[in-house]
Order: sequence, then structure tokens, then C-alpha cells
Amino acid sequence: MKVLVAVKRVVDAYVKIRVASDGSGVETANTKMSMNPFDEIALEAAIRLVESGQASEVIAVSIGPDAVQEQLRTALAMGAQRAIHIDASADLEPLTVAKTLQALCARETPDLVILGKQAIDDDSNQTGQMLGALQGWGQATSVSALEFTQGKAVATREIDGGLERLAVTLPGIISVDLRLNDPRHPKLPDIMKAKRAPIEALTLSDLGITANQRLEVLEVREPPTRTPGVRVDSVSELIEKLRNEAGVMP
Amino acid sequence: MSILIYAEHDAGQLSSATRSAITCAQALDGPIDMVVCASDCASVATEAAQIAGIRQVFTAQANHLATQPPEGVAWVLESLAANYDYVLAGATSHGKNIFPRLAARLDVQQISDISGVIDAQTFVRPIYAGNALATVRSHDAQRVITVRATAFEPIATGGGDASISPIEPGSDSALVEHLGMQLSGGEGPELTTADIVISGGRGVGSQENFALVKRVADRLSAAVGASRAAVDAGYITNDYQVGQTGKMVAPKLYLAVGISGAIQHMAGMRESQVIAAINTDPEAPIFEVADYGLVQDLMGALQELDGILAESPTPIGESA
Ligand SMILES: Cc1cc2nc3c(=O)[nH]c(=O)nc-3n(C[C@H](O)[C@H](O)[C@H](O)COP(=O)(O)OP(=O)(O)OC[C@H]3O[C@@H](n4cnc5c(N)ncnc54)[C@H](O)[C@@H]3O)c2cc1C
Ligand SMILES: Nc1ncnc2c1ncn2[C@@H]1O[C@H](COP(=O)(O)O)[C@@H](O)[C@H]1O
Repeated sequence: MKVLVAVKRVVDAYVKIRVASDGSGVETANTKMSMNPFDEIALEAAIRLVESGQASEVIAVSIGPDAVQEQLRTALAMGAQRAIHIDASADLEPLTVAKTLQALCARETPDLVILGKQAIDDDSNQTGQMLGALQGWGQATSVSALEFTQGKAVATREIDGGLERLAVTLPGIISVDLRLNDPRHPKLPDIMKAKRAPIEALTLSDLGITANQRLEVLEVREPPTRTPGVRVDSVSELIEKLRNEAGVMP
Repeated sequence: MSILIYAEHDAGQLSSATRSAITCAQALDGPIDMVVCASDCASVATEAAQIAGIRQVFTAQANHLATQPPEGVAWVLESLAANYDYVLAGATSHGKNIFPRLAARLDVQQISDISGVIDAQTFVRPIYAGNALATVRSHDAQRVITVRATAFEPIATGGGDASISPIEPGSDSALVEHLGMQLSGGEGPELTTADIVISGGRGVGSQENFALVKRVADRLSAAVGASRAAVDAGYITNDYQVGQTGKMVAPKLYLAVGISGAIQHMAGMRESQVIAAINTDPEAPIFEVADYGLVQDLMGALQELDGILAESPTPIGESA
């Protein structure tokens, strides 16, 4: 089984982002960047499939400017066999990303594509499902447990009411949620080795993709800020305030 | 400009998120039709048809649509889409699962999780876990949209008399087999629509202690919520998680106990009308957004709260 994992470079999950004062966007210069946390989990799941002998190869792919090679090196250090960098601007829309992955699937013919359920910058939660539709494949999104039997991916999904279990025919799409696994931290020798490892380079035009923007960002601003309120000294004071001052507790 | 809304349902009832999507659609100014996909559409279709302003309800009835699978539902939506300028759903686990498949089939860049409508093509959506709000303009000819339920008041049933017509439900793609569902079917009010939510975090310490959170919630007819850390620790199941990857809530009162206030958690509750927090750490970030903060051990505080509520359950405002 050949597994393709899509990894996105994003502002680190624990950085407090700054919105540019002119409303043009979120400042990413001099900001700590990381692999999207869900994609680390996707990668970990794929690497474990190779380690358990269920998969033969993990290919990590990232679409974006040269800087994404940093995340691809992390992927290689974690244990991916190959890394592919598809050169593009940093703000591709999910539909273009999905079309690019579709073109890559045509070249690489993976049996399984694992993605993060959402990129924590755009919070779109679209790419995996779009790729599923473009490929005509089945999907399981927000997966928190995964095993393989008889050529199918048996996945547990986190849904609004609880959990759902599905068997997805391969080739298919899995998008992962946070509870699937704890991604490993690559070891220093592996990090060193990954520094010298080759990264395959492609461009959007190599894959016949044109990036046209459908969703124009007119403005990005800060949400209304909440100001800290008051400290109360006791539970009875809290109840009194919530009942009589705020009027939100019966 | 005509609008099609996906009538998401659960146990035979139209979801509250769909009702919010209808309110959102009213800002777009055009006739609104709905489509129900189920193995038995009757009760949901009737409910939808009674909502004021709905023109027509389509029903796609087939066994393979029983669990609203994305492959099958996207097919049904695509079969109708040519007649519509907008297709909308709530940004729930169903909406998120189904709609990008539809958008890709229509070659449309979906607009996820909108919290505001500026005009026919311009929308507001939170990004970066709600730490920024983007105003986006769609240049597609059609618009596929999911709607953040907390941003739009759910519309009530009543005053409507839409016609109900069956449509071709398609066939099972056979790409995915449904093996089962494990629903927590909680007692008490629904997390995303409750007036009061009491959420516990890692600080609650154990599953046993969480029972006290539930007891206090019961006394207030409140819903229980949780942080990711509480879910990961096994104190409570995943469907109670509030935040960037959990549920979005905006109750009148959100009481956070033993929750530090990570940005990913705040993403799910920052729109609450009033936020109160109980935490032993006076520096906890949750206090930066809390209207009322109490620095105290949560177990003691919850016991006291429980005691006071047991003694004076009468709404003070009403008894006065
Ligand atoms: C991509 C991503 C997505 C995420 N999505 C979510 C999400 O949707 N929802 C979410 O919640 N988190 C999410 N997280 C995790 C988030 O970053 C935090 O780790 C998590 O919210 C912490 O939960 P907590 O506040 O319960 O735990 P902690 O941060 O450990 O805080 C526990 C708090 O309890 C207090 N405490 C301890 N003992 C007591 C006591 N006896 N009495 C009173 N107070 C006490 C402590 O002072 C502390 O402030 C996400 C993380 C990532 C990377
Ligand atoms: N530029 C990109 N390069 C590689 N993978 C991506 C890219 N954008 C999105 N993805 C993948 O798609 C998932 C969902 O992203 P999104 O639909 O933008 O929320 C991410 O977790 C990644 O796995």
C-alpha cells in the first residue's frame, strides 16, 4: 500500500497571531511556522502503517513556496520515504490544493491519501473531501481510530453526536482528528539525515494546474475584544452577580 | 436568486444548525427551498415545510441515505444545484463532511463557516481559530456555503406551508460501508443551543469529579461542555468538546471550571454573552476574557454552588 500525506506549513498553533493594522491579513513574517498539527498526526498514522508492514511507502507532499521544504524535512525526519514539494504561492485555496493533489494522485497512484481534517490558519476543513469528490473515492473525515482489514480502511469518526464507524474502500481518503495518535518527535540523527535527503520538486504547471483565485480576501480584522471583567471573592458573590447583575442565571 | 438549504436532521428532527442556516439565507433575499435526505423523510420534511418562507421541500428517500453519507448526499445536492445560486448548510459534522464534495463537483470554492453576510457575494468568516475575521468576496457563479450556527438565531417552525415533492435519491456508491454509530445521546439540553453551558477542563481531575459538574449543570438546566484536555484524559466523551476542533457555543452564560483558556478552546466560546471562570491560577488566560472570575479550588466551589442552588432554586428575578 502506497500512502500520500498532505502537509501544510502554518503559523504555529501556540503563537498568538497579529492582524496587520491595514487589514491586509495576518502577519507571518518573523512568526514561528510549523507543520499543521493535524498533518503531523496524519503523517504519524501513515508512518506506523509502514512500520507495521501494512504500507510500503509514505510520500509527504506540500504545496507552497520554498519555505515549505522545512516541513517536508520534518516529515522525512519523522520517517516518510519520499517528499514532494509543489511550488506555489502560500495562499492557495482548498479547491486548487485538491486539484493539485488530484494531479499528483494520477502520477503516483496512491492507495490512500491521509490529510489533516483542517488547516489551522484558514480553518476551511475542505481539501480532503474535495479530493474525494474529484477522485470519485470514498472518505472518512475527523478520524480518531483507524485500522485496515481486507483492503478497507476501518475508521472511527468524531461526529457531533458521538462516534461513527465506517469501512472505506481503497483507494480512499482519510482526514484525521487530534485523538488519532500522538505524533513522534524526530530524533537528532534523523533530523541530520533529513537535511541531506532529496526533495522532489514540481510546479503547478508541471501538473497542469492554474491557481485562479475564487475567494478574494477584502479585509482581515481583529474580532471584537473582550475585556477582563471583575474578580469575585466567593461562590455566593459569583451567584449573586450572575443572577442580579448579569441576569444570566436563574 | 434562489437558495437551496440542506435539511440536516437527527433522530427525525430538523437540526438547529439548519434553522440557523435558514436565518442566514434570509439575508440573501431569494426563494428558499430545502432538501431532506433520509431513509424516511416524512417527519423532517413536514417540519421543514411548516417554516415560514420556505417555498418547496424536496425529499430524497432511500436506505443508503439513512446516515446522510457525504458521497450519497452530495450526489443528491448536485442533481438539484443547477437551479440555485446558493447552496447552504450548517457548519456541523454533516455539513463539513458533505459540502466540500458538492463544491468540488460544481467546481466552486466553498465558503466555510460564515458568521456574517455583507452582500450577495461578500461574507465574513472567522480564521485562525477566530482570532481574525476575514471579509471574503466570492467570484464563483454559484456559492456553496456552510454557516456558523452561533452567528444566526435559529428560525422557529410555524407559518409555513411549503409543498413537499420526492426526487430521485440516486444509488449507493458502495464506496463506504456504514458499520455503526455510538451516540452519547446526552440527557439535558443540547450543548450548542443551551442558554447555560458549564465546561470542565483538566483541572476537574477525574471522571468521578465530572459528575459534580453534571450535577450543578442539571440544577441550572445547563449543558455540560469540556476542554480537549478533559476529553483526552477520558473524563467525558469527544462530543462534549468545545473549541476550534470541537463545538462552537454562544450561550447566555459560559462557566469554565478548571480550564486554562487556550486559544483553541476560546475559539469555541468567545462569543458567549457572559463568561465566568473558576480556576486556582490567578494568571490563567481564561480570566482575560471572563466577565466574572473566581480564584478558588473548583471542587470546593462546585460543592458550594451545588448547595446554594439546591437551597434557592427559585429564579430570583421572578420571585422579586
Ligand atoms: C490544533 C489544535 C486544536 C485544538 N482544539 C481544541 C479544542 O477544540 N478545544 C480545546 O479545549 N482545546 C483544544 N486544543 C488544546 C488546547 O491547546 C489546550 O491544550 C486545552 O484546551 C487545554 O485544556 P485545559 O484548559 O482543560 O487544560 P490545562 O491547560 O492543563 O488547564 C487546566 C487548568 O485547570 C486549573 N486547575 C487545576 N486544578 C484546579 C483545581 N483544583 N481547581 C481549579 N482550577 C484548577 C489550572 O490552573 C489550569 O488553568 C487544541 C490544540 C491544538 C494544537
Ligand atoms: N498547501 C497545502 N499543501 C499540502 N497540504 C495541504 C495544503 N493545504 C491544505 N492541505 C491539506 O488539507 C488539509 C485540510 O486543509 P483545509 O481544507 O485548508 O482546512 C490540511 O490539513 C492538509 O493536510
